[in-house]
Amino acid sequence: MSHHIVEAKELKFNYPDKTPALQGISFRIHHGESVAIVGGNGAGKSTLLLHLNGYLEPTSGQVRVGDYPLTRETVKEVRRTVGMVFQDPDDQLFMSTVREDVAFGPLNLGLPTDEVNNRVEKALETVGLSHLEDRPPHRLSAGQKRRAAIASVLSMSPDILVMDEPSAGLDPKARRNLIGLLESFEHTKIIATHDLDMVIELCDRTIVMHDGEIRADGPTDEIFGDAELLEACRLEKPLRMQGCPVCSK
Amino acid sequence: MHMADALISPATGGAMWAMTGTVAIYCSAKIKDKLDDRKIPLMGVLGAFVFAAQMINFAIPATGSSGHLGGGLLLAILLGPSAAFLSLASVLTVQALFFADGGLLALGCNIFNLGFFPCFIAYPLIYRKIIGQNLTAGRLLFGAIAAAIVGLQLGSLGVVSQTFLSGIIPLSFSSFLLLMQAIHLPIGVIEGIATAGIISFIWKTRPEILENGGVTKPLGRLPLRGLLTGLAITTLLTSTVFVWFVSTRPDGLEWSLSRAIAPTAQHSAEKVPAPAIQKIQEKTALLPDYKFPGQIPEQTAGSLAGLIGGLLVLLFGLITTIALKKCTGATPRAGK
Amino acid sequence: MPSIIETALYDIGRLETLAEKDTVVHRLDPRAKLLVTLAFILAVVSFNRYSISGLLPFFLYPAVIIGLADLPPDYLLRKLLIVSPFVLFIGVFNPFLDREIILQIGSFGISGGWISFLSLLIRFSLTVGAALLLIATTGFPAVCMALAKLGAPRILTVQLLLLYRYLFVLIEEGITMIRAHALRSFGRRHLNYRSFTQLLGNLLLRTIDRAQRIHMAMLSRAFTGEIRVSRPTRFGGREIVFITVGCGAFIAFRLINLTDLLGRMIMEIG
Repeated sequence: MSHHIVEAKELKFNYPDKTPALQGISFRIHHGESVAIVGGNGAGKSTLLLHLNGYLEPTSGQVRVGDYPLTRETVKEVRRTVGMVFQDPDDQLFMSTVREDVAFGPLNLGLPTDEVNNRVEKALETVGLSHLEDRPPHRLSAGQKRRAAIASVLSMSPDILVMDEPSAGLDPKARRNLIGLLESFEHTKIIATHDLDMVIELCDRTIVMHDGEIRADGPTDEIFGDAELLEACRLEKPLRMQGCPVCSK
Repeated sequence: MHMADALISPATGGAMWAMTGTVAIYCSAKIKDKLDDRKIPLMGVLGAFVFAAQMINFAIPATGSSGHLGGGLLLAILLGPSAAFLSLASVLTVQALFFADGGLLALGCNIFNLGFFPCFIAYPLIYRKIIGQNLTAGRLLFGAIAAAIVGLQLGSLGVVSQTFLSGIIPLSFSSFLLLMQAIHLPIGVIEGIATAGIISFIWKTRPEILENGGVTKPLGRLPLRGLLTGLAITTLLTSTVFVWFVSTRPDGLEWSLSRAIAPTAQHSAEKVPAPAIQKIQEKTALLPDYKFPGQIPEQTAGSLAGLIGGLLVLLFGLITTIALKKCTGATPRAGK
Repeated sequence: MPSIIETALYDIGRLETLAEKDTVVHRLDPRAKLLVTLAFILAVVSFNRYSISGLLPFFLYPAVIIGLADLPPDYLLRKLLIVSPFVLFIGVFNPFLDREIILQIGSFGISGGWISFLSLLIRFSLTVGAALLLIATTGFPAVCMALAKLGAPRILTVQLLLLYRYLFVLIEEGITMIRAHALRSFGRRHLNYRSFTQLLGNLLLRTIDRAQRIHMAMLSRAFTGEIRVSRPTRFGGREIVFITVGCGAFIAFRLINLTDLLGRMIMEIG
């Protein structure tokens, strides 16, 4: 099923001041895969994500989503397929109530009212926020905001979920809930994060970025076993793979 | 200088609502026409920014007092006139509803006084003219101060005219005007300095924002002609309607002067203003004091107010149009 | 200084919580409440500037609404007392300028200025109170929806909603920045000009960046330049009754001076 592939070919991007941000990124992600993109600050993770739904146009190279190369003509179709969850939920929840935020996408797709309502209810139920649908976003906790942001994307019925730092700023309990939630999704997932312990739980495959390039791309456990590679890319072994501080095993 | 519901009459409030509505509809149409949709969230959050910024004060050296940003001019510089007007309108609406700044009926006056003048007069005709095609620190400061002063002076002229036409308070037009204009002169200077400071900060750190915002881009044809025609028509319509309404409305049941005082007292008891204010009044009196509800019958007073208001606004519109024509004729605009 | 901002945030939050109650008044369609509020304000301001007794019956409206909507009168009163300084500033001249004695109570003469000042304060309390009641029983987003349904330009209502949404975010950001500054400025009350422009400049830059991110978030959910909101409304019999009774009462109060009438009745009995 070629439909849910995300593919980047020799993707290059320069900032307006000509500083290179991406220097030839290539990868291919298959249907149902769950892939982590890790790397230090400024490695180019967020810039890469912004290419995946066409917000940024590459200086050279190409992104393909499903059967389409991402161009100005296909960008709308691609955005419907690729659901983007941004780093700061406050940017994503711009309407007055949780419900309105979740309905924003479906309404823009021009769906009939019943269908919109169905989708909103289903999305809210999935993330467990049905009881808070009339809350204004500024009165939600950080964890609830994050889940509302995810619901606002789920209601578009995307095939691919792209997430930027989904666990940032959450307390341990909210983080645990979020990981459980993401685990239950069958979507193709692309997650940019610093939270390597979450990666171990969610992603079989990891792409390591450094200075706008891909340094490694492979099974998560292999990559996280390579201490030198991680060190060189401003990362360190996830806590649970480090030796026990008490017995050093 | 927020107008308050308590200070205006229904006729004035309604007429100003109609005028503000006209401008708002004009701006929305304008924006829908050609605005890139990036501005929609930008307008909203910049409105919120102005709201937050108004609560942050800075010390004015050697005076012991403090000033803050008003924001009209800043929004116009960042967004252009039409978008800035709508953004400012929403700031004022939230203030009216949550902080008792003004009121719902006076909101029309407030949006007009604090939005129309800075966005459609001070910004295009003063600020942009002074800035010209290349921005320098000196021009920025001078332009911002001049524009802020003009915007606020026109705004307080608006406040004074609307209050006067409503006839709720007995201050004479001229002394009230003098007072308000004088108070708003330093406020204008402060507003200009604050705006210039923030803009020059942006200019130094992220100049591309101003380039995209329209500081260096030519303004295009001034959007004012259509707007002023619309305003003139609204003014004419509303003043006619209100004059008719006011003159046909029975006022007999009011707790009016004629019932409260003995008929003989009416003429003997002349008003005795405080001597100092009387002097100012004598020196500045341009218009007769609008304070004789006992002598002018209510209906006449009401219709007179509506008529004078309508005429004044029309006159103002006319003067602006002429001024604009002169300006646009004199300085050919570069660019596309 | 942070206290001004914090108070504002608290105030908005408090009104918002009040608006979440579930009472007869809260359940009414926002359009009905908006229209009645406007009718009330119009009726109040249509009295001439010496009116006092004619205005008094209008206090019935806030009293009824506060009762029905289960609102805390002390809180609303306190909000009223922090009056808009402009009204007082202008009104305070009345007693000096208008010294004509128009009311004699025994040997004590009251000038027109004092009467009109009092009338001004009454009008002020009534009109501002009505606007506060509207928010406290309806909530800001619902008022915006009502405006939209009554024909306000869509872009304006969208602005209002976005402004309101990000007010909270920006005020929080502003508070954080001011606190950070206060920690390093050792108790100076106000920022100096330089730190003021830097602080606001930085806040502005963050705001502009945020706008860009919001735009991205909108685009990624199929935004095409128009914000659609769907909110079920029910304009039914209850609303019609509310509008009829409300406006009917205001017209009656406007035409018949109840206070005067009552006074006369009592005088006659006496």
